[in-house]
Amino acid sequence: MSGRRPPIDKGDYYRGVRMAPYDLVKELAIALVGMLVVVLLLSAVLSSPDVPSATIQGWAKADPVDFVTTAATELSGQSLVAQYGPPYNDGSGSVQSLGPIDPQQWAGVHVAVNAPLDFVLEPLSQATVGDQTLAAALSTFNTATPTQQQKWLNAYIQALGSASVTGAQVTVASGDYGPVPTLMSRLLGLARTGGLDALLLTSDYFYQTDYSKPLLFLGDGGYFSGLAQAQDLTGTQWGMMNETGRYPGQAWLWLYTLWYQIPPFTTASNADLLVVVVMTVLSLALLLIPFIPGLRDIPRWIPVHRLIWRSHYRSME
Amino acid sequence: MTEAGGEGARRPGGGASDDGRAGSGAEGGWTAAVRSRLTTRLSVDELLPARQPAYVGSWVYVFGVVTIAALVWVVASGCVLALMGSAWWHTSSLGHFFNSIHFWSVQMFFIFMVLHLWGQYWGAGWRDGRAKTWMVGVVIFLFSIVTAFTGYLVQQNFDSQWIAVNAKDAVNSTGLGGFFNVLNFGQMYGLHVMLLPIGVTLLVVLHILQVRSRGVVRPIGDPYTPEATGGSRTGERPR
Repeated sequence: MSGRRPPIDKGDYYRGVRMAPYDLVKELAIALVGMLVVVLLLSAVLSSPDVPSATIQGWAKADPVDFVTTAATELSGQSLVAQYGPPYNDGSGSVQSLGPIDPQQWAGVHVAVNAPLDFVLEPLSQATVGDQTLAAALSTFNTATPTQQQKWLNAYIQALGSASVTGAQVTVASGDYGPVPTLMSRLLGLARTGGLDALLLTSDYFYQTDYSKPLLFLGDGGYFSGLAQAQDLTGTQWGMMNETGRYPGQAWLWLYTLWYQIPPFTTASNADLLVVVVMTVLSLALLLIPFIPGLRDIPRWIPVHRLIWRSHYRSME
Repeated sequence: MTEAGGEGARRPGGGASDDGRAGSGAEGGWTAAVRSRLTTRLSVDELLPARQPAYVGSWVYVFGVVTIAALVWVVASGCVLALMGSAWWHTSSLGHFFNSIHFWSVQMFFIFMVLHLWGQYWGAGWRDGRAKTWMVGVVIFLFSIVTAFTGYLVQQNFDSQWIAVNAKDAVNSTGLGGFFNVLNFGQMYGLHVMLLPIGVTLLVVLHILQVRSRGVVRPIGDPYTPEATGGSRTGERPR
């Protein structure tokens, strides 16, 4: 025990302190009942938010040009996810580091996502049964050189800028797009039936609860962020602590969200990592307040405690 | 209480010799040491005293107990939601009502936990050997944020989708994205309904035991002046 603090005996600790009867169990019981009444009232009067989830089917129907543009960008390997980097692939587009500290690269790929294959080519190959046109288009695309593929895709993506929608079809000006219009037309048709929602969840196992691929695909499109914008959920709208509708969200994340609103975090390419580092330092400071001179002395310097123990101080006088 | 503690302190290996069986290390058996510590620190008199210092009548002490009350209803409503399945509350008005209870209980839990935290900060609740109590409280706060975050991820609605897609970048930047995949509903659901709530609840129980075993800290400016124990304290120094 040498060098260790002996336990403080409460009888000794409270010497000279006036003691009074206090019913802890009764206090807890009253708090439980009171809290139940409050949450029942809030639940009955205000309910809770539940905006239905976005689907790829809904996306393909509501904004087919955005859907096709996103799919073509995925196929070309130029999308955010296609170039993301760990943990999804070997890209570097979204890798954040702090000088030589590069935990994202160090951790490596653990949720493998091959955007052209997983989001476009594999689902289409599942749909070739009885569709010779699609099978031929896929064969043409897969046997073409990467340079030729990119040439078709770049031309098609550029043409989508002035595309028109006729019924369930996206039409672009004539050009040399190879088999790409056929591939995109079939993918759009598949998405509009809801088939792509299911195919992006397909795995070698019957049960599936990992929504990484459909969510990453949705996240690359403009439709998804447009829905969030309408609900005031984007980063510049303090979205991290907002909830859909007029409900309180994760208000306790206010400090975390704050950093994203001010320089240098607003412009830094590694803003997420910077914010995580700042919040980690602040959390450690909160944890270790009892040992940090200055921080632990503020309660003595600013006498809020005079309010907390007002009766006690009055009795001392 | 004092008698039992004193006995245990004087004879830490007593448990091994009471029934005639020798424990490992004879007098210094682990079982006896744990029993001695529990008897000393966690007697019923210590945990449920009928009298408290008069200054505990301050409103600031209400926040802690109200936070516990909110947590009870968070867990209770969460158990019902888990029992009925993750999609139940989207298709049943009763399920939606239970989700609302869960939602508002969580809001109340955080509101009163933050008030409790501020109350303890301005009262410098870590004084007189209570630094560990403060630290466990902060860990509960941080743990609760992660627990609530996973709850938002498993709502199975637009909010979940949007939070997951945006949060992934911050998690990925730390290198943890492959191990804590916010896009993986199954992983987040398991964490939210099982591991994290158990962690928060156990930490809260530990926090309560810490508070009850040491008692409530004395007001600032009315310091404890150790005599027999000669104890030193963290935080405020004798002046």
